[in-house]
This record gives sequence, structure tokens and C-alpha cells, in this order.
Amino acid sequence: MMNKKKTILSALAAGLTLSTVLAACGGDDNEGASNGEGGGEAGDFKVAMVTDTGGVDDKSFNQSAWEGLTKFGEDNNLTENEGFKYLQSSKQADYQPNLQQLARDNFNLIYGIGFLMAEDIQTVAEQFPDNNFAIVDMVVDAPNVASITFKEQEGSFLVGVIAGLSTESNKVGFIGGVESDLIKKFENGFKAGVMAVNPDATIDVKYAEDFNSAEKGTAIASGMYGAGSDIIYHAAGGTGVGVFTEAKNRKKNGEQVWVIGVDRDQYEEGLPEDVTLTSMVKRVDTATYEVSKQTMDGNFPGGEIIEFGLKDDGVGIAETSDNHVSDEILAKVDEYRQQLIDGELTAPATDAEFEEFMKSVK
Amino acid sequence: MSFLEVLYIVVPVALAYATPLIIAALGGIFSERSGVVNIALEGIMVIGAATGIITTLTLTNMGLGGLSPWIALLVAMVVGALFSLFLAVPAILWRADQTVLGVAINMLAVGLAIFVVRVLYNKGQTDFIQYRIAKENVPILSDIPVLRMFFINVQYTSFIAIALAFVVWFVIFKTPFGLRLRSVGEHPMAADTMGINVTKMRFMGVMLSGAFGGLAGAVYAVTVTTNFSGTTIVGQGFLAIAAMIFGKWNPLGALGAGLFFGFAQALSIIGSNLPVINNVPQVLLLIAPYALTILALAGVVGRADAPKSVGIPYIKGKR
Repeated sequence: MMNKKKTILSALAAGLTLSTVLAACGGDDNEGASNGEGGGEAGDFKVAMVTDTGGVDDKSFNQSAWEGLTKFGEDNNLTENEGFKYLQSSKQADYQPNLQQLARDNFNLIYGIGFLMAEDIQTVAEQFPDNNFAIVDMVVDAPNVASITFKEQEGSFLVGVIAGLSTESNKVGFIGGVESDLIKKFENGFKAGVMAVNPDATIDVKYAEDFNSAEKGTAIASGMYGAGSDIIYHAAGGTGVGVFTEAKNRKKNGEQVWVIGVDRDQYEEGLPEDVTLTSMVKRVDTATYEVSKQTMDGNFPGGEIIEFGLKDDGVGIAETSDNHVSDEILAKVDEYRQQLIDGELTAPATDAEFEEFMKSVK
Repeated sequence: MSFLEVLYIVVPVALAYATPLIIAALGGIFSERSGVVNIALEGIMVIGAATGIITTLTLTNMGLGGLSPWIALLVAMVVGALFSLFLAVPAILWRADQTVLGVAINMLAVGLAIFVVRVLYNKGQTDFIQYRIAKENVPILSDIPVLRMFFINVQYTSFIAIALAFVVWFVIFKTPFGLRLRSVGEHPMAADTMGINVTKMRFMGVMLSGAFGGLAGAVYAVTVTTNFSGTTIVGQGFLAIAAMIFGKWNPLGALGAGLFFGFAQALSIIGSNLPVINNVPQVLLLIAPYALTILALAGVVGRADAPKSVGIPYIKGKR
């Protein structure tokens, strides 16, 4: 216990000492940005991110976040490791030291990727009140933290439209990782999308209560396909891998089944049997790029919750969707996209909102 | 849905779920029957899974096609057996604490596997394999009414696992080798005085355990996940240890325990489609496998008696 206290104290002390130095830096940046027009005036702006345990090449949101930063760095002539860099976390205990290290190295904006980092961002943001932080997929309430979230319900609505129009058995499934507010957004958006175009369809919803259990994924998918669903949308991370395996096995045996991928284009997961119908894509790269740009321009959205939706190109359907989805259906998807963007239609995020939505449909 | 239709879904799911568990539990039995605690089963499965995927990817590149995952299973057995030397050498020769050692090996395994994947592919997880061991309908047998539930949507590895359980039972209880293995686990000094080489027997027990653990990990990887990452094996090894204890260190018991876990799991997943069970809250169904396990361990199967000398290093001449 004593040791732990000491470390925290010394970290605090270090933070305090640095903060005076940093305060000066921050002021300069703001001035520089207000003088210069456009993004060319990078000056000494530095941005960094801490990956979660998935690592920077996780083919998922860490990789996507880093792609956004890389693009931002290239567009603004920053050099890697100096102007923009990442630190990898190999275990959960690395989050805090990694964040602290970047804060001490005077990075102007530091991203924590993934909701698992929420507590650590909170702690470190208090220790370094003059640094700017941002967290993806979670809300952290602190004046120097920007919370980046996505309107997953909007993207899920669109893949729901595709599922509702493509199903032949009139029965589709949804497999969630762990039942939570976040995954509920996927579920309700999807259900609403299906119902909007095909009110007679049945939707089978199941939660694995685990993000890393591929065998549960295969088992649940086996149950759903067995009971007649022909399309399953998964929002279940590693558990979803099992959903793909089950679909591939069934397609190999001659059944016509599909999976809808999540977070990024999961076309590759569906190969070689080619079972990916479409994917709900979350553009974490767009988000990290945008927030970095805003911050460099002196408009750091500290303490705010920024929601990236269809309008900001923050969510959407995968580009490979036209492989298996007909042009007719895609045209329909575009219609709904426009309605969602214009606000004529709102994709429900919670169970209560979904019930409201259903009343408006009927 | 009729009762039979339900069985056609539940039985294949249960078999698929049970397969790696049964194989790994059989591995645990070899090691513990010889007197060495094998908490490292989890880590050995990690290595087996990594080996299985890497070998499949490599062999596919060499043009072996659908044969590659099967060869990969054999390679994973060999690598698993070699990797188990990390447990065997310190535990048997240097008399290290077997439980602590096992925990350390589990940590080592994940780090080592990810490291190798990074060196080979320059990224944190492998690609997906092109050829996996797929679920199939067994020709002819899958046309028999009712009984077809065992032969539809099934992987051949499931049959291998069940067959192995009987083979291991025969080896442990009906052969001289099995008798010696059990004797060094129960009373190594008595075995030693009868001229049995305790060190050698225990090495064989642990390495067989490694081979089975490696096979189990590889089976899991080439049938379920079809790629390898740091989270491919999370907890299956420990569940296998539970199945081994549940089955009272008997191969046929482990087979039963593995199938029991499989059915409990399948029921929790399919349950909401069944007439009576769909009124039960989902959370109860989800904890059902674990609750049933605790109940079963507490009373139904009676006392679980471990081999007498399991976990105790043998020191020659010491009473």
C-alpha cells in the first residue's frame, strides 16, 4: 500500500511540475492557430494515442484510430514518433503509465482508444490538467477530456434495412457481446431498420455475455440458423468470429446463410465461402482525424461529448456491400440514409426509443 | 419446434463445444495420474492453437489444401509435448512447486505465441486459414432417423475425441504402462522399490499431457476461431481441468463431464427457443452450466479423489 501511495504522489508531483511548463506551450499553440489559416500551421503540435490490449494492428478500432492519426500527421507534415505516435498496451495495467508517459512528453492531445481506458483517462486527466485527452467509445466527465462516441444505431439501422430486404426466411438474428448501453445501440438500430422495411420479419436477439468466446458464437449462431434465421448481425467482437465460422460451415454444406459484420469491413472474415453480406463500419479514423484537426485549430472540445453519425461519415455500411446486395436494395439504403441525415427519421438507441419507433411505424 | 428438432440443434452444438474440452481433460489425466499437477494445460492449449494455425497457413501456402489442418493437428501434438518440458523438467528434476510453475507457464505461453506471430507475420494476429475442419453431414449415417442427431453438422474431430477417451481409458487401466503410471502417482516410493523409474514415468505422463493439450488447442483453433490471436484461448484449459476433476481423473468420466458441459452450454443457448425453458430469465440460463457444475461437484458424483501423490515431487530415499 505504502509503495502505491508513493508512486501516485510522485506522479502527481511530476504532473504539477510539468503543468507549469505545459501551460506555456498550450497558450502558444492557441495563438499560433488563431493567427494561421488552415491546417498548414502545424507548428509544434503533437498528437498521440494509447492502444488497448488489441494492439495497433488489431484489424479493428485501434488500427482504425491509428490510420486516422497517420493521415492527420501526413497531411500536416508531422514526423512519426515526434509529431504523432502511439504507445501499445500489452495489458490493462499499462494504460495508466502509457498515458502518463505521453503527457510528460508534452503531447498536446492524447487519445485513449476503447472504453476500457475510461478510468485511467479520468485519473491521468486529473493528474495532468493542462494536457488534452480524448477517449473513444466512452464518456469521461472532465474539463480536459473530449469523449468521442458514435451513433452506432444509425449504421445499424442501415444494415437492418439490408437484412430486412434480403432475408428469404423472413427471420433474422442479432448476436450481441455483452448486454450494455453500447451494444443496445446496435441492437435497437438494427431491429428498427429491419422493421422499417419488413414489419412481418421475426428478429431473434441473443447476447453471449462475452466478447471473446468464439465457441459461444458458433453455438448461438448454430441455434439461430437452425431455427430458421438466414442473416445474423453480430456486435460481439471475438465472439463474432465464431458466428462467421458457423456460417461458413453451413454455406459449405449448401445452406444459404449470411453474416453482417461490425466495426469495419469484415468481408475478409467471410472468405473463402464468402458469407459476409455487408458490414456496419465505424470510422474511428474519421473521428481521430477530425478531433485532432479541431484541437490543432485551437478548438479542443474539452468536456464535450462528440457524436459521430451518418452525417459526419462516422458510421456507415462497408464499401464491399455491392458484392452481394442488389442495387435496388442499396438505393433503398440511400433513401433511409438521407432521411436519417435530414432528421426525418431517428434511429432508436435504447429499448424505450425502439418502442416509440415501433408505434410510429404502425 | 418439436422436441426432435430441438435435439437436432442441441446435440451438434454440445458435441462441438465438448470436443476440445474432452481432449484437453484427457491430457490432464495423463499428467495428474503420474503425480504432476498440470495447471499449465491452458498455456499448452495456447501453444497448440498457435501451432495449429501457423502450420495450416504454411502448409496451405505449400499447396497441401484440405489436408493442411489435419497435418497441423499432428504438428501441434509434437510441439505441445515439447512445450510441456517447461513443466516437466523443473517439476520433476528440480522439484519446483508445480502449481506456481503452471501459472508461470500459462503467462509465458501467451507472450511467446504472440511474439512468434509478430515475428512471422509482422502483426498481432494471424490471417484466417483457408482450409478448416468444417462441420459436415456424415454420409449415410446422417440419413438414419433420430440417430442422425449425432451425425449432422458435426466435425470429425468430435468422433476422434470420443474414441480417444476410450483408448486412454484402456491404456491407463488395462495396460502395464497404465498401471505403472498410476502407481507413480499414488505411491512413487513403492513403485520405485518395485523397479519402476519414477522420473521416466512422470516425464512420459507430462509429455503425453502436452501432446493432448496441444491437440486440443489446435482442434479449437482450426474448427472454431480459424485464426490465432491473444484471445483465442481464454479459459478453455481451466474448464478442461474442471472436467477432469468432475470426471474423477477417469478418461470416461472426463468424456462424460465434457459432454455434460457441452449440453449445459448448448441448453443455455438454445433454451430460449424451447417451450418451458423460454420463461426462464436469460441470466439464469447463462449461469446454468456453472451452477450445474457446482451442484454436480458438491454431491451428485460423490467425492473427487485425486491421485495420492499429485503435486508432490518425488525425492528418492525420503520417507
